[in-house]
Amino acid sequence: MSSTENVLSPEYKEAVTNLLFQLADDDFLISFRGSEWLGLAPHIEEDVASSSISQDTMGHAAMYYTLLEELSIGKADDLAHLRPASERKNSILAERVNGEGYYMETPQYDWAYAVVRNFFYAQAKKVKIDSLRQSSYQPLAETAVKVNMELYYHLLHWKTWFVQLLSSTDEAKQKMTAAMELVMKDFGDVFSYGNEKAAIEGNQLIASEEELKARWTANMTPIFESLEMAVPAIPEASEKNGRNGEHTEELDGALATLSEVYKLDPVAVW
Amino acid sequence: MSNLTMMTEEEKLEQFVQRIEAGDKIEADDWMPEEYRMALIKLISMHGISEIMGALPEKEWVPKAPSLHRKLGIMAKVQDEMGHGQLLLRVAEDLLKPYGKNRGDLMQDLFNGDLKFHNVFHMDTRTWGDAGLIGWLVDGAAIITQTNMLGASYGPYARALQRICAEEVFHAQHGEAIIMALAEGTEEQRAMVQDALNRWWDALLMFFGPASKDTTGSSKQDVTIKYKIRTKTNEQLRQAFFDKYVPRILSLGLKLPDPTMHYDEENKVWVYQQPDWAEFKKIIKNQGPRSQERLNLRRTSYENNAWVRDALAATVS
Repeated sequence: MSSTENVLSPEYKEAVTNLLFQLADDDFLISFRGSEWLGLAPHIEEDVASSSISQDTMGHAAMYYTLLEELSIGKADDLAHLRPASERKNSILAERVNGEGYYMETPQYDWAYAVVRNFFYAQAKKVKIDSLRQSSYQPLAETAVKVNMELYYHLLHWKTWFVQLLSSTDEAKQKMTAAMELVMKDFGDVFSYGNEKAAIEGNQLIASEEELKARWTANMTPIFESLEMAVPAIPEASEKNGRNGEHTEELDGALATLSEVYKLDPVAVW
Repeated sequence: MSNLTMMTEEEKLEQFVQRIEAGDKIEADDWMPEEYRMALIKLISMHGISEIMGALPEKEWVPKAPSLHRKLGIMAKVQDEMGHGQLLLRVAEDLLKPYGKNRGDLMQDLFNGDLKFHNVFHMDTRTWGDAGLIGWLVDGAAIITQTNMLGASYGPYARALQRICAEEVFHAQHGEAIIMALAEGTEEQRAMVQDALNRWWDALLMFFGPASKDTTGSSKQDVTIKYKIRTKTNEQLRQAFFDKYVPRILSLGLKLPDPTMHYDEENKVWVYQQPDWAEFKKIIKNQGPRSQERLNLRRTSYENNAWVRDALAATVS
């Protein structure tokens, strides 16, 4: 990999690094949120299935952090556990809590929110991964091929839940509609590259924000049509842009938990 | 084989006992005496629900696991435990059919205290050392008790255990890897493992149950041995655990929490201090350190998700 590194111009490397952080932090945080659900899903079969998805997603995050390590940005575990919120590049959607309460006590998690967030996120990830398979950065293109194989099942899983709950009781429909509003409020930075837009797009690392948004909407259209609903519009921008290191307090809480043990001694072998 | 409908209860029982003696496997739809069915229901629903309740203490450490590698490992491990719970509850559900009961009833039995879960899962987890220790020694103990039932006369349970034991071996390796990293690590890390071992020791001894029913007033080991669901007694299993793990504990440079413990060469047994069996009785009555919190967590999540189960039932019908 060092040979690859040698031929990268500083500007190109900077753009790759930024994009990798966005991808890594997104998967890392949403997988962390998924792991808080462990043991609490609506039924046992779902617990097994969704924890498998969280596990895959953590694996994807680990692959991206490893690509960063190979670019000599830092040790993968340090990058995952030690960077403060201001350096994190994940979307706001990925960091949001699962509902009221801390996972160690008696949280009141919202399954409708879990389904909508994960389905919309997985669909966004799908259009990104499809584009990344043609990335100008070969190691990333190769990773995208691997991620894509698992992502197929994640998307199928969340789509099944989404359609089923919206085709069911009034209570379920109400909860799902409320969850969709919450999720769309945070959807403004999901396809954003933040301040790095020109560099990331210009270097052909991935398709443009606009193209990806259009593909997400196109992929969602038949599903919403089957439910006789309109695809929600992706907001132009959100209050905070996670890609620029702007985050909510919910991220601070997540980072404190996920790094609690590692921070006892980051030099030690765990 | 004569027609079952023509036979008296005594003849059916006699034939059943002969089958068991011959090493035959009893299947879900076979005739079985009430005592056998009840013993299986009690054993398997307790085992299944313990796997599910057992996910809760470990899950406390899943989001906190100290590296990407450990996060992946412990996620997979706890997921397996939920999978075991699912497998076992399916076996229990088949046995419950004649009573018109299902999984929902088992959950209610758990919540109202009629269905117990294993003593180890009522305990506190205080550090990452506990997460390692659970994988290493609690799963290690589980392998010993479950291997004892691999030849169980009830086929569906024996088959579920085949798969569960195979996965538990990975879990014990996962736990051992965590413990080894800590035991070979910094002073603080070594102290973490020793502290975890000290705190979990009594719970591990209790894991195998009292030596006889004289200790706690009841024990199902007699009936399970009679029907060839298991072969060894609680005490034999506990001794097997010592045989396997005492040398490993010592080789990692850890101290046995029981300073009086030693091997009696003449009688070929480990001599050890009995845990407080009065405490054990309290724990299994849901009065352990974390019993109520864990039950409450499961109850709350079950209630919070009631609308989801309703919604799924509505789309199926």
